[in-house]
Amino acid sequence: MSVPEELYYTAEHEWVAISDATARVGITDYAQRALGDVVYVTAPSPGARVTAGDPCGEVESTKSVSDIYCPADGEVTEVNPEIDEDPGLVNSDPYGAGWLFKIKLDSGDQVPPGLLSAAEYNALTAEQE
Amino acid sequence: MTDFAGWLMPLRYGSETAEHNAVRRGAGLFDLSHMGELLIAGDGAGAALDYALVGEASAIQPGRARYTMICAPDGGVIDDLIVYRLAGGAYLVVANASNAATVAAELTERADGRGATVTDRTADYALIAIQGPRSAGILAGLTDTDLSQVRYYASYPAKVGGHEALLARTGYTGEDGFELFVRPQDAVSVWQELTDAGHADGLVPAGLAARDSLRLEAGMPLYGNELGRDVTPFDAGLGRVVKLDKPGDFVGRAALAERAKAPAERRLVGLVGKSRRVPRHGYSVLWEGEPCGTVTSGAPSPTLGRPIAMAYVSVGAAAEAGSAAGADDDRLAVDIRGTAEPAEMVPLPFYKRSAGN
Repeated sequence: MSVPEELYYTAEHEWVAISDATARVGITDYAQRALGDVVYVTAPSPGARVTAGDPCGEVESTKSVSDIYCPADGEVTEVNPEIDEDPGLVNSDPYGAGWLFKIKLDSGDQVPPGLLSAAEYNALTAEQE
Repeated sequence: MTDFAGWLMPLRYGSETAEHNAVRRGAGLFDLSHMGELLIAGDGAGAALDYALVGEASAIQPGRARYTMICAPDGGVIDDLIVYRLAGGAYLVVANASNAATVAAELTERADGRGATVTDRTADYALIAIQGPRSAGILAGLTDTDLSQVRYYASYPAKVGGHEALLARTGYTGEDGFELFVRPQDAVSVWQELTDAGHADGLVPAGLAARDSLRLEAGMPLYGNELGRDVTPFDAGLGRVVKLDKPGDFVGRAALAERAKAPAERRLVGLVGKSRRVPRHGYSVLWEGEPCGTVTSGAPSPTLGRPIAMAYVSVGAAAEAGSAAGADDDRLAVDIRGTAEPAEMVPLPFYKRSAGN
């Protein structure tokens, strides 16, 4: 199972890549495996204010639906335009082409509070298995 | 892996969409050993089943099978079943895993004093199904039985890969296929032989998720969703399984005869979603914003490329929605987690295999 070192994580199985005061957000390999084939993603809208910990979208798979929890405070700037046509990207490339949306962070270049390191996320998922 | 009626079973082996598509285009292999098998034997076996079930089991020819139901005295469905009439005169009743114990108990009670014995043979059978247009080609190489002579819903003792089996041309996918009842100790071998024989045709193992999306596309009911104690066969559009004309009484006859005459209050209908969000079990169906029914099953349909669902809907709403204009009419919708998502009503099944398959 893939847990890239350079990313940050949430307990709700989102990953966060931070650069230039912007967070790029998606769901982890652990999450996409648990969900099965993703058929639809409801992402937050560009321009929306989001708050860490609040549900801000949904990932729907053949058998179930999971909320996406916003990992940080900020404003949504962009949504991945490929996902609508090809939701399977979330399964095939969850950390790359399967990214979901971007947030301009209130915390600027600083890592927002409350995120987990790869090691911490690994420990969490090991417990859950 | 998931717990399913007390059995540990795979939801999927890889991608459930790929498994679903494999069954539609080539073939898939299913382990259905969780199903219940009850053997009804004795001179009175046919008559006992005629009393116990809503169908006329005694009229099934040896070597044939029939889909039927066992109902409670009030007409509510206890389980849906396939009954196989075996060559020696006994009957094999196959029940859903979740209802096997209940069905065994009911049959035993109902057969009491009628010259029939009821034996739970679930532990004596493993059940492997191969389903899809390429099934016959793959299986033919493993058996001497001339599959071209095996009609739909026929069953024969056969040898598969050298192992004794009851071979039936039945299934729950809407495709051509075979269900093989084998001894548990032969199951792994039969599975492996089919896997090897089917490799060139793209045969893949398929799990519960694909099983559900396949049967849903084929418009087949699932006990616990479309069928239950609070539903009669008529409600589910399956009144054809109730043989009110058969001689003699049967459990539920009076209630079902009443129900057959009474005007229906609800209908089981097919829905195709206009957005990509999926109507799920328990979601409300809306007509002009007002609740008019409930979704019983829903899933993305790989074959249609749109979400599909079955739902019980009031006959009034079903009549209006069924005659509504096409794509621009948003009066029929499903409440998907707080948003009314438009849907269109379609006749079941959503999918029918083409004649050549």
